[in-house]
Amino acid sequence: MPQNEYIERWQKLHGKRLDHDERLRKREAREGHKRSEQSQNLRGLRAKLMHEKRRVEKIQMKKRIKAHEERNVKAADNSDPSTPLPPYLLDRNDPQNAKALASSIKDKRNEKAARFSVPLPKVRGISEEEMFSVVKTGKKTHKKAWKRVITKPTFVGNDFTRSNPKVERFIRPMGLRQKTAHVSHPTLGVTLKLPILGVKKNPQDPMYTRLGVLTKGTVIEVNVSELGMTTAGGKVVWGRYAQITNNPENDGTVNALLLA
Amino acid sequence: MATVVPPPSKRQKRAELERSQLQQDVTLANEGPAGSFKAHFIDGDGKQMADVIEVPLKDASEKNLSLLLNTLMARDKEDFLPYRFRIHIPDSEIIVDEYPTDLVKLLRDHGIDNPFETTVTLSAEPQAVFKVQAVTRMSHKIPGHGEAILAAQFSPANSSRLATGSGDKTARIMDTDTGTPRFTLSGHTHWVLCVAWSPDGKRLATGSMDKTVRLWDPETGKPIGQPLTGHAKWVTNIAWEPYHLWKEAPRLASASKDGTVRVWNVVTGRSEHVLSGHKSSVSCVKWGGTGMIYTGSHDKAVRIWDADKGVLLHTLSAHAHWVNHLALSSDFALRTAYFDHEPVPDSEEGKRAKAKARFEKAVRVQGKVAERVVSASDDFTMYLWDPSSGTKPVARLHGHQKQVNHVTFSPDGLLIASAGWDNHTKIWSAKDGRFINTLRGHVAPVYQCAFSADSRLLVTGSKDTTLKVWSMATCKLAVDLPGHQDEVYAVDWSPDGTKVGSAGKDKAVRLWCN
Repeated sequence: MPQNEYIERWQKLHGKRLDHDERLRKREAREGHKRSEQSQNLRGLRAKLMHEKRRVEKIQMKKRIKAHEERNVKAADNSDPSTPLPPYLLDRNDPQNAKALASSIKDKRNEKAARFSVPLPKVRGISEEEMFSVVKTGKKTHKKAWKRVITKPTFVGNDFTRSNPKVERFIRPMGLRQKTAHVSHPTLGVTLKLPILGVKKNPQDPMYTRLGVLTKGTVIEVNVSELGMTTAGGKVVWGRYAQITNNPENDGTVNALLLA
Repeated sequence: MATVVPPPSKRQKRAELERSQLQQDVTLANEGPAGSFKAHFIDGDGKQMADVIEVPLKDASEKNLSLLLNTLMARDKEDFLPYRFRIHIPDSEIIVDEYPTDLVKLLRDHGIDNPFETTVTLSAEPQAVFKVQAVTRMSHKIPGHGEAILAAQFSPANSSRLATGSGDKTARIMDTDTGTPRFTLSGHTHWVLCVAWSPDGKRLATGSMDKTVRLWDPETGKPIGQPLTGHAKWVTNIAWEPYHLWKEAPRLASASKDGTVRVWNVVTGRSEHVLSGHKSSVSCVKWGGTGMIYTGSHDKAVRIWDADKGVLLHTLSAHAHWVNHLALSSDFALRTAYFDHEPVPDSEEGKRAKAKARFEKAVRVQGKVAERVVSASDDFTMYLWDPSSGTKPVARLHGHQKQVNHVTFSPDGLLIASAGWDNHTKIWSAKDGRFINTLRGHVAPVYQCAFSADSRLLVTGSKDTTLKVWSMATCKLAVDLPGHQDEVYAVDWSPDGTKVGSAGKDKAVRLWCN
């Protein structure tokens, strides 16, 4: 269990407070009033932050409403499917995207050369000074030490538990940790937010691979199980490799391209 | 230094050998439980086959019982039939499908304290006298089609011809002995959705997205006559008239998306009847051996028509969603007409008589001809119908968790296999629709399944790019056949059992053999 989930742990052990649901309901019911009061009364930087957040929320809301409206429209889809299908599949409008994806990947796999080529073959070198900053630790004179803080986004596995602070050498800040990546499929042009499973290779340094540092050009493994792809042997494909195409430390997100 | 024991003398060795052999003989004599039980053999209809006989428990293996039953029925050695036994547990409704290695333990497990001297009812199912071996390897990969292959069917005459219909607007006839394409049947102007061999193997009908049905001569690869036009939308399925009903000219029925079924005279190319009444696309058509046409449609109904008069006889409405597929208990017998493991009769009358006899043997239940129909539907269930006795379903077969796509009877008419979108294949008893087992293994929807000619094996083709062969005796996976690069749309087991043909989205036909 991740270290910061102490509330969940407590609730698993002892259960929720008896009035938990009631309090939650009331808090949610008050939410609108609270928002209204804040938007009227906040001043200065806090007002700026709040209204920026509100603006982003409104964009998301409008997008969602639009998506719902599009869903409700019944398209009169009488056109024949473009790919040949047996009679028993003809009148079914199942989403065929994931399959198109699987077969295009298979086509590509046939080209042996494609296996080792990655979209970003070269990366900018990152020096240790840029990667790490130093913190002093320890209070007693003889226990004083220094540690390195990683200044780049990292992927930390779900089962990570901090080691003893006395022996710990690297700090991966909580605020810079990433769990998901926006993975694009190059030929299909779809982008999905998929959970990261691990860092396969950071081209900078094997140590960065071990630490799970996410920089541009890093090859990560992502969970593609929801795409429903299968191998030639009929097994479900679970993890696939993808290469990071943006600078996660600048953007705050991880964008990646699925590898063949 | 330790003392080394001297090697045993010759006398000692001989004595040791003698003792060990003696011991072996003793264990041999004590093998198996003592005592006996009374065996009461019944056939599929519940009739007693032989007098109740006392059987020693230590000899009560399935093979021995089969031998005993054959002897009791006073058969000649040449006419011996292998039997499979289902055990009815005394004083309860439980029927055990699989014959155990230890009968005493099975009886004790079901609460029979004293298995000795009890009467155990054994229902005997005759098995095919020949045995089809499971296909284990790919013998040929035949490329050639330019697009996905949508349908495949073996010739009823032998396993050396396979017809395929493809999205590249052609059908092909493959020579499966050499693994080469034999003829390319081009003429359709859109995808070829279905192929159907006539029961005598001398004609091939193909139905297409271009709303026509075309007929071909499989010996020369030339078209026969003009295309049969008349449908307003694409042709979804084709059924030939059973061979023993052929009069001066054979006929065939084609189902279409436009909601009609047309009955064609293949010699004149004229449409004899238009069976209209379905309100939506007709997904499946079957021509029964008693001169009735069964159709299943997306308007949720199964309809039964008289093929000669072209009138509606019954409407079977029980389904709550599209009917996807129908199967008849006589499917195999009608498809192969007079072809079986015995020589083909010379005369036309002989062929007719043999086809009729095979049909009647396949559908005879308790002495009368009763063709059964099972319909698979999008409402996750199947219904088993006996149209000769009424429009009420015999049983509702529920258990699938998603739409059921394909259903088929075993050639001996004892089992039903159904495949669906829930990745499972389910096995049912064809007599009363009782659920028998689920075959789990595919990781994507199962599109089609086909029984081997001896009903002991089943092959399934799936979206997950594999074929799997299942043993019906144990309901377990017998062989897994990966090899396809993409979805498998069509799979067929040749009527003589030597080959399996499969084809799909990867544009190549694959042949599998033992």
